[in-house]
Amino acid sequence: MNFGFLLLGKLNWNQIPTDPLTRGAAVFVVLAPIALVAFLLYTKRLKWLWKEWLTSLDPKKIGVMYIVVAVLMLLRGLSDATMIRTQQAVSVGAAHGIIGADQFQQVVSAHGTIMIFFAAMGLMFGLINLVLPLQLGSRDVAFPFLNSVAFWLFAGGMVLINLSLVIGNFSADGWLAYPPLSELQFSTTVGVDYWIWALEIAGIGSLLSGINFFVTIIKMRAKGMNLMKMPMFAWSVLGTMALVMFAFPILTVTLTLLFLDRTLGMHFFTAAGGGNAMMYVNLIWAWGHPEVYILVLPAFGIYSEIVATFAHKKLFGYASMVWAIWGIVVLSFTVWLHHFFTMGAGADVNAFFGIMTMIIAVPTGVKMFNWIFTMYRGRITFTAPMIWFLGFVVLFTIGGVAGVMLAVPPVDFQLHNSLFLVAHFHTMIVSGVLFGYLAGLSYWFPKAFGFKLNDRLGRYAAYCWIGGFILAFVPLYILGFMGATRRLDHYDASLGWQPLFIVAGVGVAVICLGVAFQVLQFVVSIIQRDKNRDITGDPWNGRTLEWSVASPAPEYNFAVLPEVTTRDAFWETKRNGLPKEEPKYTDISVPKNSGAGPIIALFATLLGFGMVWHIWWLTVIGLLGVITTFIVRSMDEHPERIIAAEEVAAIERAHLKAKEQAA
Amino acid sequence: MSDLAKAGTFKPEPEDSKTVFGFWVYLMTDCVLFASLFAVYAVLHGNTFGGPSGHDIFDLSYVLTETLLLLTSSFTVGLATIAAGQRKQKQVLALLALTFTLGASFVFMEVHEFHHLAAIGDSWRVSGFLSSYFTLVGTHGLHITVGLLWMAIMMIKVWRGGLTSSSVKRLTLLSMFWHFLDVVWIFIFTIVYLMGAMPS
Repeated sequence: MNFGFLLLGKLNWNQIPTDPLTRGAAVFVVLAPIALVAFLLYTKRLKWLWKEWLTSLDPKKIGVMYIVVAVLMLLRGLSDATMIRTQQAVSVGAAHGIIGADQFQQVVSAHGTIMIFFAAMGLMFGLINLVLPLQLGSRDVAFPFLNSVAFWLFAGGMVLINLSLVIGNFSADGWLAYPPLSELQFSTTVGVDYWIWALEIAGIGSLLSGINFFVTIIKMRAKGMNLMKMPMFAWSVLGTMALVMFAFPILTVTLTLLFLDRTLGMHFFTAAGGGNAMMYVNLIWAWGHPEVYILVLPAFGIYSEIVATFAHKKLFGYASMVWAIWGIVVLSFTVWLHHFFTMGAGADVNAFFGIMTMIIAVPTGVKMFNWIFTMYRGRITFTAPMIWFLGFVVLFTIGGVAGVMLAVPPVDFQLHNSLFLVAHFHTMIVSGVLFGYLAGLSYWFPKAFGFKLNDRLGRYAAYCWIGGFILAFVPLYILGFMGATRRLDHYDASLGWQPLFIVAGVGVAVICLGVAFQVLQFVVSIIQRDKNRDITGDPWNGRTLEWSVASPAPEYNFAVLPEVTTRDAFWETKRNGLPKEEPKYTDISVPKNSGAGPIIALFATLLGFGMVWHIWWLTVIGLLGVITTFIVRSMDEHPERIIAAEEVAAIERAHLKAKEQAA
Repeated sequence: MSDLAKAGTFKPEPEDSKTVFGFWVYLMTDCVLFASLFAVYAVLHGNTFGGPSGHDIFDLSYVLTETLLLLTSSFTVGLATIAAGQRKQKQVLALLALTFTLGASFVFMEVHEFHHLAAIGDSWRVSGFLSSYFTLVGTHGLHITVGLLWMAIMMIKVWRGGLTSSSVKRLTLLSMFWHFLDVVWIFIFTIVYLMGAMPS
C-alpha cells in the first residue's frame, strides 16, 4: 500500500469522464452550484440564505427545500428518461444510437434511483413538512432538529449520486443493483458504491423522518382531534410512516451487507463462498414493495383532500378510507415475492403471493370508488389539481388492472422483465405518485408562498402530461407483449419494434412540453404574484385547518391552538361563523435555527465519499465530524426562542385587516 | 417497595413523553434492523463453505462470561435510573461508572474473540456463515460502543451540571437503549451461540 493510495484511495485523474455527453453533464453539475453561490455572493444573499433557510428548523421552510431539491432531481431524471427513449427510438439494426451500452445501463440505473429516492421521496417529505403540522393544528413537528438532519442527509445523498457524474461513474446494474452482478467480481468500478452510499445516507434520513412524523401525529394533534377526526392526508401519512419504520431498516441492512461484500470481502450475496444472491433479492423487495406504498399512500391522501375540496363535498366513506389505508399497510408486507416469481420458489409459494397481490388491489379499489362517489353529485371545479386527479383515476385503474394480470404467476413468467412490466409500474408511479404530488404542489402552493399558481398553464401542463404519458407508455405495453425486455440499448431491425419505440419517444416529447408549461407556469405566476395574492389564506374554500391561517403561514402556524370537534374542522367553523372577538395572544416558543443539521450531513457525505473511493482518513474524519457535531448540539439546553405576544398580535391583526379589506 | 417505586419512577412532562415515545419508536426500528440481521444469519448459518461451523469455534463459557457482564450492567443501569429519579447525584455517577466498566469489559471480550478468530484464519472472508456471524454480533457490539460513548457523555453532564430534568430524561432514554441491547443479546446468545454450539 503506497502513499498515494492512503491519500486518495482509488481516486485518480482517469476517473474524470472522457466522453462528450457525460463531460457536458459533469461541467453542468459543477458549474451550476458555483454559479448559484456566485450569484448569491453578488447579491449579498449568502448570509440570508444560511440564516433564513439552510439552518431553519421551521418545517414549512424545510418542506420548501425538500421540494426544490426534488424538482431539480425530477428534471435530472427526466433528462435521463429522454436519453433512454431517444436511444431506443434510434438504436436499431446498424445504427447504435446516441450512447454506448454501458453508459445506457448507467443512465437507466440513475433514472430509476433518482426518480424514486430523490424526486418522489423528496416531493413526499416536502409536502408532508409543509402541510402536516398545519393540518393537525400543531405548531411544529415532534423533533424539529431531527427534521433538519433528515432533510440534509437526503440532500447529502443527492449530492453523492450527482457527484458520480463528475468523478468516476454510476452503477450500471439497474435501480436495485442485484448481485452477483453488483458484486466486486462483476462490477469493478465505484458505480455500485456510489449507489450504496447515496441511498444509505438518504435512507437514514428517511427513517429519521418516519419516526418524527409518526410521533408528531400520535402526540401533537389539536385538542379534540381524535384519530377518526384527522384529515385523510394525515391518516395516509400515519400509515406511510408506519411503513417507513418497518421497511427502511431492512434497506439499511441490505445496503450495508452489499457494502461489506464489496469492501471487506464478505460472502452474503456472492456466487462463491457460501453467499446467497437470492437472499438479496428477497431483502431488497421486503423493503421495496412497501416502498411503493410509502410513495403512493401520501399521494392518495392528497387526492382525498383535493377531491373533497373541489367537489365541495365531504369525503365519501371516511372510515372505509382509513381501513383501506391500514389494509394496504399490512398487506404490503405480504406481496414482495411477486417481484421474482421466476426465482423458482415453487407453485405453492407463488400461488400464495399471487393471491395476496390480487387481494391488495381490493383496498385500493375501495379508495378509487370512494373518490368517485365523492365527486358524484358534487359541484366540481375543474382546477389544475382536479385535472391531475382525473388523469390519475383513469390511468391508475389501467395500470392497476395490468398489475393484477402480472399477479398471476404463469402470466408473470411470460411478462417478467419485459417492457410490459416497465409500462405497468410507470403507470402506477407516474399517475399515482407523481401526478398526486404535482397536484398537491399546486393545491398547497398558495399556503407556502402566499399566491396562487396560474391555473390555465397548470391545466395545460396536466393535459400534456396525461396525453404524453399515454403516448409514451401504451406502446411499451404492446412491446412487452411482443417480447421486448427492459433495459435494451439496441435491437434488431427485423423485430419491427422501431415504430412503437418512436411513438413512445414522441410521447416523452409531449411530456417535456408539459414540463415546459410547468416552468412557464412558475415564471408567469411569480411575475403576476400581486394579481394572484391569497389574502384570505383560504383560496379554495378549503375544509381542513391549514386553510384557517394566513398564507404564507406564520412561523408559529397558529396564534391560538385550535380546538376541534368534527372532521373537516375548518369547514364546520366557517359554517358556524368565524369567531368575532379577538383572542388573547400569548408568547410562543419556536425552535432556534441550527447549523448542526447541514454540518452533520456534510460530514456524512464526506464519510460516504471516503467509503466510495476507499479514502479511509476521509471516512474517519466524516464519522468523527458527525459524532462531534451531534454531541455539541446535544449540549445546547435551550434551543428555543420566544416570539412575544405583541408580535404575534401584530401579525394576526395585519392578516385580519387585509382579509377584511379584501372582503 | 412502594416508596422505591414512587420515587424511582420517572414521571415524564408532556414535552418529555413525546421524546420517550419517540425513542421507543426508534428502538422498534432498531429491532427491525436486528430482525433482518437475524434472518440473514438464519439463512446463512449452514453455509460454512468448507470453513468452520459454530460448533467448531464457539466457546460457551467465554460467551457466558460476556452474557453475565452485560446482564449485570443492565441491572446497574436500572439502579442508576432509580437513583436519578431520587436525584442522588453521587450514586448515579458511581452506578454509571460501574455500568460503563461492565459494558467496556463486554466490548473488550468481544473484540478479543473477533481478533482471535481472525488470527486463526476464521475471518469474515471465509464463508457466508462467518460473514453473517461477524456482522450480526458486531452490529450489536457497535451499538454497545455507541451506548458507552453516550454513557461517558452523560457522566460528564451529570458530574458538571447535576441531575437536571433534561439529564434525568436522557438517562431514562439511555437505560431504555441499554436494556434493549440486552434483550437483543439474549437472542444472540440463544440463537447464535447456544444453538450454534450444538453438534450438527
